[in-house]
Amino acid sequence: MKVLVPVKRVIDANVKVRVKADQTGVELTNVKMAMNPFCEIAVEEAVRMKEAGTATEVIVVSAGAQQAQETIRTGLAMGADRGILILSEASLEPLAVAKLLKAVVEKESADMVLMGKQAIDGDNNQTGQMLAALLGWPQGTFVSKIEKADGGLKVTREVDGGLENVALKLPAVVTVDLRLNQPRYASLPNIMKAKKKQIDTMTPEDLGVDASPRLTVLKVVEPPARKAGVKVADVAELIDKLKNEAKVI
Amino acid sequence: MDFALNHEQQLVVETVRAFVESELYPLEAEVERTGVVPPELGREIQAKVKALGFYAPNIPEEWGGGGLDHLTFTLVERELGRAAMALTVWWGRPSNILCACNDEQKQRYLLPCVAGERIDCLAITEPGAGSDARNLATVARRDGSDWVLNGSKHFISHADIADFAIVFAATGEDATAKGPRKRITCFLIDRDTAGFEVRPGYATVSHRGYHNSVLSFDDCRVPAAQMLGDEGQGLEIMNTWLYATRLTVAAMSVGRARRVFDLTAEWAATRRQFGRPIGEFQGTGFKLADMITEIDAADWLTLAAAWALDQDLPANREIASAKLYATEMLGRATDNAVQVFGGMGLVDEMPIERFWRDARVERIWDGTSEIQRHIIARAILREHGE
Repeated sequence: MKVLVPVKRVIDANVKVRVKADQTGVELTNVKMAMNPFCEIAVEEAVRMKEAGTATEVIVVSAGAQQAQETIRTGLAMGADRGILILSEASLEPLAVAKLLKAVVEKESADMVLMGKQAIDGDNNQTGQMLAALLGWPQGTFVSKIEKADGGLKVTREVDGGLENVALKLPAVVTVDLRLNQPRYASLPNIMKAKKKQIDTMTPEDLGVDASPRLTVLKVVEPPARKAGVKVADVAELIDKLKNEAKVI
Repeated sequence: MDFALNHEQQLVVETVRAFVESELYPLEAEVERTGVVPPELGREIQAKVKALGFYAPNIPEEWGGGGLDHLTFTLVERELGRAAMALTVWWGRPSNILCACNDEQKQRYLLPCVAGERIDCLAITEPGAGSDARNLATVARRDGSDWVLNGSKHFISHADIADFAIVFAATGEDATAKGPRKRITCFLIDRDTAGFEVRPGYATVSHRGYHNSVLSFDDCRVPAAQMLGDEGQGLEIMNTWLYATRLTVAAMSVGRARRVFDLTAEWAATRRQFGRPIGEFQGTGFKLADMITEIDAADWLTLAAAWALDQDLPANREIASAKLYATEMLGRATDNAVQVFGGMGLVDEMPIERFWRDARVERIWDGTSEIQRHIIARAILREHGE
C-alpha cells in the first residue's frame, strides 16, 4: 500500500504569533517555522505502518514556497521514503491544496492519504475533507486509532460525544488527531539518510491545477485583550449581577 | 560567508533539544534533590539515545560512532549543555583518545564504549598536578613484561560509573638541556584490576549527581598490552586527541546560558512591579541586552572554532578564546539571572540557583581561565615575536 502524507510548513507551535502592522496577515520574517504538529503525527503513523509491513512506500508531499522542502526533509528524516514539493510562492487555500493533492494522488496511484486534521496556522480543518470529496474516496476524520481490517481500515474517530468506530474501504483519506501517537525523534542515521532521499519538484501548472485564490482577506487583527473582572462584595451581589447583568440565571 | 546551519545540522539541533527538554528536564529536580542518578535510570537514557543512533556521535563511523564533524558535534554538545550533566553523561561521548587504541585495544575498549557496553573516564588530575600534566606523581614501573602503577588521582569525573580509566602516569625521566623531564605514558586500567581502587571524591557546589572520584593505585599490575600508544608518548596523544575537548565546555556553557536566558527573559517580561513588567526598567532590560549579546558572541566564537577544526585550520588559540569567553559569559549570565529573579533566584524550588552554582566550575575544569589566557597570550607572542 502506497501512503501519501501531505505536510505543511507553519509557524512553530512555541512561537508567539504577531499580527503584521498593516493587518494583511501574521509576521513571518525571522520566525521559526516547523512541520505542523498534526502532520508530524500523520508521518509517524505512516512510518509505523511501513515498519509493520502494512505500507510499502511513504511519500511526503508539501505545497508551498521553496522552504517547504525543509519540512519534507524533516518527514524523510523521520523515515518517509521520498518527497514531492509542489512549488508555489503564492499562498494556497484549502481547496487549491486539495486539488493539487488530488492530482498527486492520481499521478502516484496512492492507496491512502494520511494527513493532519488541520494546520495550526489557518485552523481551517478543510483540506482532508475536500480532498476526499474531490477523489470520491471515503474519509475518516479526527482519527485517534487506525487498524488494518479486511480490504480496508477500521478507524476510531474522536467526536464530541466520545469515540466513534468507522470501517473504511480503501483507498481512503484519513485525517489524524492529537492522540493517535507520539511522533518519534529523528534518529541520527535517518537525518543523514534524508539528505540522499529524492524530492521531486513540480508546480500547480505541471499538475494542471488552477491554484489561484478564491477568498480575499480583508484584515487580520489581534484578538481583543481580556478585560479585568469585577469584585463583588457578597453572594447576594453576585447573584444579582448574574441575574440582571449577565442574565445567565 | 554563510552563517546558516544546513538542514542536517538543524535537524540534529532540533532532535537533541527536543530529547533534552522532554526526556531529561523532567528528571532534573529529583537529581538535584538526591544528588544521584540511579544506574537503572542512566541505562534507560543510554538505551533511548542508542535507539536514536545518537550514541557516541563524536566517534568516526568506521568504529560504529555517529561520525559527526566538529561543528555538528559542537552543536550536539551545545544542546546537551542545557540539561544536568548527571543525566547527559549517559548520552555517551567516549573520549576521542580511544581512537589511539591499537586494533586489539579497539576491540576491548573503543568498540564496547561506542556500543554503550562500557564507559570510560579520563584520569589526569592529581593533588599536585592539573594543567601541569608533565609533573604527575603517579608512576608506572616496568617489571618484566608488566607495568606496576602507584599513586593517586582526584577530581576524576564520572569514574563512579566507569568500567575503566584512561590513566596517565610517569614511566621514568629523561635528561634534557632544561633538566630532567618526566616520561608520561597512558594506560587503560580496568575497574577490577587488583590494586586499583575508585573512591567517592569531594562533594562540590557544581553539577550535583555528576560525581568526581579519587583513584588510587597500590602496586596495580597490568600487562604491557594495557599501554595506550608508546611509552613516553602520553602527552603527545593527549595533545592530539584531547585538545579539542575544551570546546565542548564552551559549547555546553552556551547551551546552558540560552536556557537561563529564556527563563530570565520570560520572568522579566511577566513579573510586574510598580505597575509594569520589571524588564521595562532599564536596570533589568539592560541586563537582558548584555546577556543575549554575550551569549551570541560566545556561540559564534565556539562554532567558528569548531568550523576551523573541520577546515584543518589552526584552532588552538581560537578554542582557548571560546572556552575562556563562553565560560566567563556563563558566570555573568547566571549571576544576572539571579539578580533579575531576585529572591526567587536563590530558592531551590527554581532552577536558577542551580545554573548559578553549576556555572562556577566551567571556568576551572578542562583548563582554567588563566590557562586559556596563557595559551592565547603565548600564541599571540609567538606570532609577533622574533
